[in-house]
Amino acid sequence: MKKLLKRSGSSFLNYGLVLCFFAVFQILSSAGALSNSLRGQLIPIVCYMIMAISLNLVVGISGELSLGHAGFMSVGAFSGVIAATALADAVPSPGLRLFLAILIGALMAAIIGFLIGIPVLRLNGAYLALVTLAFGEIIKNLLNCIYVGVDGRGLHFSVRDEASLALDGGKAILKGPMGASGVTKLSTFPAGILLLLAALIIIQNLVHSRTGRAIMAIRDNRIAAESVGLNVTKYKLTAFVISAAIAGSAGALYAMNFSTIAPKKFDFNTSILILVFVVLGGIGNLTGSLLAAGILTVLPELLRQFRDYRMLVYAIVLILVMIVTNNEKLKVWILGVWLKLRSPMGRTQSAPQKAQALQDEKERGTDR
Amino acid sequence: MSEQAKTEVKLVNVPSPNYIPERDLGKPLVLEANHLGIDFGGLTAVEEFNIGISPTEITGLIGPNGAGKTTIFNLLTKVYQPTRGTILLNGRDTHGMTPAQVNQAGIARTFQNIRLFDKLTVEENVKIGLHNHTGYTTATGILRLPRYWKEEKRAHVRALELLDIFDMADLAGVRADSLPYGAQRRLEIVRALATEPRLLLLDEPAAGMNPAETEELMNNIRKIRDDFQIAIMLIEHDMKLVMGICESIIVLNFGRIIAKGTPSEIRSNPQVIEAYLGTRKEA
Repeated sequence: MKKLLKRSGSSFLNYGLVLCFFAVFQILSSAGALSNSLRGQLIPIVCYMIMAISLNLVVGISGELSLGHAGFMSVGAFSGVIAATALADAVPSPGLRLFLAILIGALMAAIIGFLIGIPVLRLNGAYLALVTLAFGEIIKNLLNCIYVGVDGRGLHFSVRDEASLALDGGKAILKGPMGASGVTKLSTFPAGILLLLAALIIIQNLVHSRTGRAIMAIRDNRIAAESVGLNVTKYKLTAFVISAAIAGSAGALYAMNFSTIAPKKFDFNTSILILVFVVLGGIGNLTGSLLAAGILTVLPELLRQFRDYRMLVYAIVLILVMIVTNNEKLKVWILGVWLKLRSPMGRTQSAPQKAQALQDEKERGTDR
Repeated sequence: MSEQAKTEVKLVNVPSPNYIPERDLGKPLVLEANHLGIDFGGLTAVEEFNIGISPTEITGLIGPNGAGKTTIFNLLTKVYQPTRGTILLNGRDTHGMTPAQVNQAGIARTFQNIRLFDKLTVEENVKIGLHNHTGYTTATGILRLPRYWKEEKRAHVRALELLDIFDMADLAGVRADSLPYGAQRRLEIVRALATEPRLLLLDEPAAGMNPAETEELMNNIRKIRDDFQIAIMLIEHDMKLVMGICESIIVLNFGRIIAKGTPSEIRSNPQVIEAYLGTRKEA
């Protein structure tokens, strides 16, 4: 029971963090204290936070390096845009339309994730990373040549050009490499925060469930996991599909924040950027992913004063953060401060108690 | 307790080249392997391995290094697919099963080189063993429906009960890789037991343990057999343990069985002494 409390403690920390982030920026925004560029960044920040925690489910919890996560984001983005445009008349409420678009985006990404996951998850390590990279590029290139339009008779698809859609007075939604233009801006900051909270709840509850334990067991020792009766493929695929679905929902939210969005936005660079958030925040650490995604999305804006050297400074900051977070001595020191801060709350007995129990066990072993 | 269990069980010859303890006579065998063999490339690692294990038997599998003992465990649990022969588990042919399916069908094992879920806690390791006996779906877990809380509580209680076999309940919240070596071996046994097997395979359970720990382990293995009413088969180099708790012993050399029988029969078997025990006994 104590463990359950401790565990939910760290989960609540993340919910609290997200709510604080929302409260602070909502107040700043309504007080007019935010610059225009920063205000425009709010929804992308939330999207990248969702992307980071969803990739962390694959990289950190399931232990598979995936380099094609932006592919799932783009599947969600464009199916979301298509859904939102096609439903424009049927569903007048923008909130409900956004919700449906996100849901459809998540569903489509989940389906693609399932189809890609079946062959990809047979591979391990570097091979898996390379194949996910390839699939990410394939998705991008496929979207580059798909044309979708809508008119009174329903949706039209083509892989040639806009004219072959044969639209009857309707509207072309997706125009190959041009992507989607004239998208109705449905995404709002509060809606993004709700989606982020939902993604956090799904991932954290999953990790603390029977399924999550099975996923982590397979990560830690595949042969042992099989020996206790776990179906390795099933649980790897579960993690991969849930992650893809969450990435798809983030994509839909992202796309409906801009009036124009092209497939090339979701290329290899975006996949790597999301991986950087995960690695920098700490693999398997959701709080870290949230912070890294938030800070690194804003950082290039804050570094505008460095002009041409902006990205150089950005790179240096990345390297410094990596050095600091990988320094064992520094980590121990921070942990010490953290424990000291927590001790008045009377919950820290567990750590020293555990250490004591371990010591006792070792002594029991050597005494006899 | 150890005094009483050291008295040897009378073995009866059953049709087929198997020996089983008299008390299990008439009960169906848990495991039956016939003409089992595997080749690696051109090398025959195991050949003509025949064995029958009865429901509450403790069997020892001994032999010099490289005799093929662990290979046999890997064959029985389908980590390797046998080249020849059949394995019947509770009368069911395990042909084509995956290691996970074999576990669900009733064989659990430990490993010679410890394989724990290192980054998870002791309790989580046991709960993963309980996985197939914790009944709720992924969606129920994500939505935390009442069934999730009920089943998680049950798994928690059961995990602590199982850890209590080795007095490890106080270590439930500790990370598995921070445990001392002996405790890691014990945790592996607990995790295997959590899967509710009919046959437990222990690969060198006493490796790295001091004599006192080994003595305690012997008592615990017997206790597990009595409490859970399961068959146990173990590979071990510690002859005190093997002779002390095994009711029947199989000696392997160069991938072939060279002797089967009670501990006293094995001890006096000239072939065994020549192949294996001779040098060790004098030492």
